[in-house]
Amino acid sequence: MPVAILRRIGLGAATLFVVATLVFTATELIPGDAAFAILGQSADAAALAAMRERLGLDQPALVRYAAWLGRTLSGDLGTSFGTGTAVAPLIAERLWNTLRLAAFAALLGMPAAFLLGVAAAMRAGSVLDRTIGGGALTVVSFPDFFVGLALVFLFAVQLNLFPAISLVRPGQGVDGFLWATFLPALTLALTIAPHLIRMTRAAIIGGLASGYVEMSILKGLPRARIIWRHVLPNVLGPLISISALILAYFVAGVVVVETVFAYPGIGRLMVDAVATKDTPLIQACALVLSAVYVLINMSADLLATVTNPRLRGRP
Amino acid sequence: MTSLDAATELLRRTAGAPLRARVSLALLAAIALAAIAAPLLAPFGEAEMLSPESFGFPPEAGPLGTDHLGRDLLSRLLHGGRFTLFLALVTTCLAFLIGVGGGFMAALAGSLVDDVISRLNDALLSFPAIIFALLMITALGNAIPILIVTVALVEAARVYRVARALAVDIGVLDYVSVARARGEGLLWIARREVLPNAAGPLAAEFGLRFTYVILFISALSFIGLGVQPPTADWGVMVRENAKGLLYGSPAALLPAGCIALVTISINLIVDAFVDRDREARVPEMLP
Repeated sequence: MPVAILRRIGLGAATLFVVATLVFTATELIPGDAAFAILGQSADAAALAAMRERLGLDQPALVRYAAWLGRTLSGDLGTSFGTGTAVAPLIAERLWNTLRLAAFAALLGMPAAFLLGVAAAMRAGSVLDRTIGGGALTVVSFPDFFVGLALVFLFAVQLNLFPAISLVRPGQGVDGFLWATFLPALTLALTIAPHLIRMTRAAIIGGLASGYVEMSILKGLPRARIIWRHVLPNVLGPLISISALILAYFVAGVVVVETVFAYPGIGRLMVDAVATKDTPLIQACALVLSAVYVLINMSADLLATVTNPRLRGRP
Repeated sequence: MTSLDAATELLRRTAGAPLRARVSLALLAAIALAAIAAPLLAPFGEAEMLSPESFGFPPEAGPLGTDHLGRDLLSRLLHGGRFTLFLALVTTCLAFLIGVGGGFMAALAGSLVDDVISRLNDALLSFPAIIFALLMITALGNAIPILIVTVALVEAARVYRVARALAVDIGVLDYVSVARARGEGLLWIARREVLPNAAGPLAAEFGLRFTYVILFISALSFIGLGVQPPTADWGVMVRENAKGLLYGSPAALLPAGCIALVTISINLIVDAFVDRDREARVPEMLP
């Protein structure tokens, strides 16, 4: 087992290296470099050349790549072109906001989706099952910005219950935060819930086809007991790793949802950085978001390995 | 199967499909027709200003009123549908060209080619698609051809897996061995033996990919980094009219609703034609 886990962690690290290379290459292609960004459009050629030499920009790309990788690994993410401040603290603040929002969304969506999935599986083929399935299909077909805007229109504009813009203030308190971020969290929850409902339902129905279920039917156990006590514990392992995998949808989700609600998270930071061509900020956001994604996928795989003894011997 | 047989089969299946699939098919056909005929149907051009009033209902405007700049909303919805659907169609076709071509080659041309393409594909799939797209846009800008290639690459990676899996299964069948023994080239085998036998599942995949492409491109346009105004595009229209929601105008919800209508319809049609989630059978005697 330790070998399999080490291999998976190695694969995750290799993936991040590929991502880092891609991030560097992409930002290399942006017209205008750091010297240009610092000195501005009016700088003359001599000043630009001097600044390039001072920043090491006259070095070959490979040397600069190695230096950048070294700085990034030591936690120095550079200075934003736009604000002139260090990128690392800004990223930390925004990442914390995004993680809080994602945690709220997971708490809001996952238990409900899980229960709906179980309910659908218990009465597979019934009206309830088809209603849940149809609802899930409908929600997943809507673009996530539509879900967000529809919630704004309904809850913020028409009913005036929650704010349309999610402001995060210092000293806001937990209740203030939950109130301000209820709509984006609900939007994010709605983007993952359909997948979780489908997966839960499929896992339980798959479990129902096993021999031990036939045995418990013949013993005369009631349906609820068969599902909750016999099927569910058996499919819980795969379900947990699938749930972890589904959390990876948040990485794409936050980019759009944070834009809808003007929420100060890392997704919106990246969108703003791309729009203003703020290279150090783009690099840091892309790396951090990809790292979160790789980490989630890796945890899902590791959870699957831990919960399924048959996978442990696999290389 | 000849194309006549295929057409008869399609008709038979359509007639036997559930009502919701037939309604979806009719709806999709209507939307496609409206998109094709948009320049004839739309009362105004896509950038024509009617009045200085945002979200108003001047007498000459269509039944939906005007958008945030005072342009006719109905006309822009029609032009936008034409643009959005055409862009998605081109992108999906390119994704299939790359994905199916690569997948078939990987499955048929031996393990070295397979390993190289598959590892490259894994690398593309191992980090978020949206980050890849944003990096491409950062590096190369957001001209329409670049958007098409970016999103096509993202989706091609997913198509590749399906196409490769299908071709691996078909590649070991007797008629492919016979064709190889006859000395047919790889391209011939891929086109004449594998493609016709993988057509069904690939068609279903095409429908679903098309919906993902629409959602992906309009998400990029919505965050302001995809298609740019004043082009009438459903994603752009959601973005530009979003502020109106706060003043009680649902204009932004209409283009978003159109996107949803298209994606739901395609999902229902695909559901009716293929058994997408073939699942284990529930024991009949379950209490």
